[in-house]
Amino acid sequence: MAAVGGYLRGCAKVKRNIPVFLAPWRASPCAFRSSRSEPMPNLASDGVVCAPLQTFTEEETMLKNMVTKFAQERVAPLVQKMDENSKMEDSVIQGLFEQGLMSIELGEEYGGTGASFFSIILVVEELAKVDPAVSLLCELQNTLTNKLFTTYGTEEQKRTYLPRVAKDTIGSFCLSEAGSGSDAFSLKTRAEKRGDYYVINGSKMWISLAEHAGVFFVMANTDPSLGYRGITCFIVDRDTEGLHVGKKEDKLGIRASSTCPVTFENVKVPETNILGQVGQGYKYAIGMLNTGRIGIAAQMLGLAQGCFDHTIPYTKERIQFGKSVFDFQGMQHQIAQVATQLEAARLLTYNAARLAETGRPFIKEASMAKYYAAEVATLTTSKCIEWMGGVGFTKNYPIEKYYRDCKIGTIYEGTSNIQLSTIAKSLAKEY
Amino acid sequence: MAPLKVLVGVKRVIDFAVKVRVAPGGHVVQEQGVKHSLNPFCEIALEEAVRMRERGEAAEVIAATVGSRQSQDALRTALALGADRAVLVELPGAGPEQGAGPGAGPGQGAGPPLVAAALAKLVEREKPQLVLLGKQAIDDDCNQTGQILAAILDWSQGTFLSRLELDPGSSSVRIQREVDGGLEQLRLQLPTVLTADLRLNQPRYATLPNIMKAKKKPLEVQPLEQLLGGPVPPPRLRVLRLEEPPVRQGAQRVESVPALLERLAALGRI
Repeated sequence: MAAVGGYLRGCAKVKRNIPVFLAPWRASPCAFRSSRSEPMPNLASDGVVCAPLQTFTEEETMLKNMVTKFAQERVAPLVQKMDENSKMEDSVIQGLFEQGLMSIELGEEYGGTGASFFSIILVVEELAKVDPAVSLLCELQNTLTNKLFTTYGTEEQKRTYLPRVAKDTIGSFCLSEAGSGSDAFSLKTRAEKRGDYYVINGSKMWISLAEHAGVFFVMANTDPSLGYRGITCFIVDRDTEGLHVGKKEDKLGIRASSTCPVTFENVKVPETNILGQVGQGYKYAIGMLNTGRIGIAAQMLGLAQGCFDHTIPYTKERIQFGKSVFDFQGMQHQIAQVATQLEAARLLTYNAARLAETGRPFIKEASMAKYYAAEVATLTTSKCIEWMGGVGFTKNYPIEKYYRDCKIGTIYEGTSNIQLSTIAKSLAKEY
Repeated sequence: MAPLKVLVGVKRVIDFAVKVRVAPGGHVVQEQGVKHSLNPFCEIALEEAVRMRERGEAAEVIAATVGSRQSQDALRTALALGADRAVLVELPGAGPEQGAGPGAGPGQGAGPPLVAAALAKLVEREKPQLVLLGKQAIDDDCNQTGQILAAILDWSQGTFLSRLELDPGSSSVRIQREVDGGLEQLRLQLPTVLTADLRLNQPRYATLPNIMKAKKKPLEVQPLEQLLGGPVPPPRLRVLRLEEPPVRQGAQRVESVPALLERLAALGRI
């Protein structure tokens, strides 16, 4: 025994002395990281079984059913028209507010409901099955506008704005500029302090929901010498003098959701309208976009599922060579593959949402969910058009719209490449 | 007279959008893992009751159902839609996934006579002046519960309602019912049993705040035997066999009317 031990130690000594480049088989110390789940206390002894991710509370189920019904009856008949005219119907916006879908997580004291973050994800997913553009409106209001006010707003800002955004006011987040997209903090918009107010000058681009928004969160630099540490978030009402919403972009997809340039010409904003602290804007933006990504993942997931649900019945009805298109094995394998990826995207999204809800680290998982759901949506919609054949290519069926809508998923709230960088950054820290 | 107390009977059914399939064995339909929802006609009845309360004509709206434990979700939906409280009359031995079907074997649901008997007992206990029901459930399409209930209670009845107005003084209602060949207007003395048709109103969606509030509203569970004060009578109907309709054969195209007649004659149809 001792001899064997000595032999092994000897080997180790030899190995240590061989230069790394000569020993490619020598792996560095390894810590397996297949998952980061934490043990729950007394799990085994109490006989608790962890619920599957797709377990909903009674309220979540009812909410999901309500949204499905609302989307089918109140949104679906307008989808094509809204897409063609590139205009969201007022009845849809009003409906979202009336149903309480614009203030899901917001506390009751501000006119919200105080439901879970996961509820937002379910609502966004269900809406996206019918119209991803409507879903985006709901997503941004809940994960961005409401969250910004509740997390960073002063008591007075909360009292002023939250009841409004819960009732009838849409918020819009102004970050991107002509020269500042993925490199968000190279923004040029300036805010100059003059006494107890600031003067904002600059122009923003690709601002979602700007057409209908009643309040804007404007990211502007108060001190360019500090670089991104000068970026500050201002709350600006729509009717403020000097704020101008430009002509909306003519887009490929999610056409019903407006995207406009917004310019600021000597816009006077009182000091009290600074959200949080001066120079902390970039932090808030990053924080919000992290949770927002889970919402976008849910949107892409719903989009893909909605497209899939429209397509499969057709493949079962369409007869070629004497049998339904679905019955060909070549088709079945493709369909099964896409369905599996959809399921995987769903689990990633739900898990990221549950992590965020329980206050555990979720940034890597949120990026993974958003990246993967966007990729799956791209694949699903593309495949669905192929499975539908010629009719999938026409505007008589909704498939082509999903195909157009999905493309934004790999672009906004961090492009797919940015997501991959974020994931890699997390991985680099783990090893 | 004071505002009314309204009892609304609701039923949990397989969702209308679900493709119903016969379960192996051929006696029941597949219910496991199938989406259920509130029967659409019950939703209309409930909406009418909630509107009456919003107008100040009703003081309290009670939703009741006879079924298995699962039917609780239908009652929660009813509470989210505006009912003040709910009563589940629980069927004995109902399986985990069996609602009140057409009333066949044990654990198979109640069927209209038993549901009406249970509701009659509830009426005795709660003393509502008005009972509102859907005209029928979309699973068994019986269209009997309201009528049988009115007979047991010996109350007036109004079926297939397309309009409901409470007279001043709250002692009678004016109703409009959809009958073959037109609309019939009637005035009924309270108490009465009414059943809702499709055009009575357009039900609202439960809003998110109301969904959250529904959890805090009282939902009472009462075993059927206890309510009836005795053993549950055996079912009156037995399902012999349940089968899916035959698959439709594809159509044939003929060139002209004579050819059509010839073809029909050859098939022995004329």
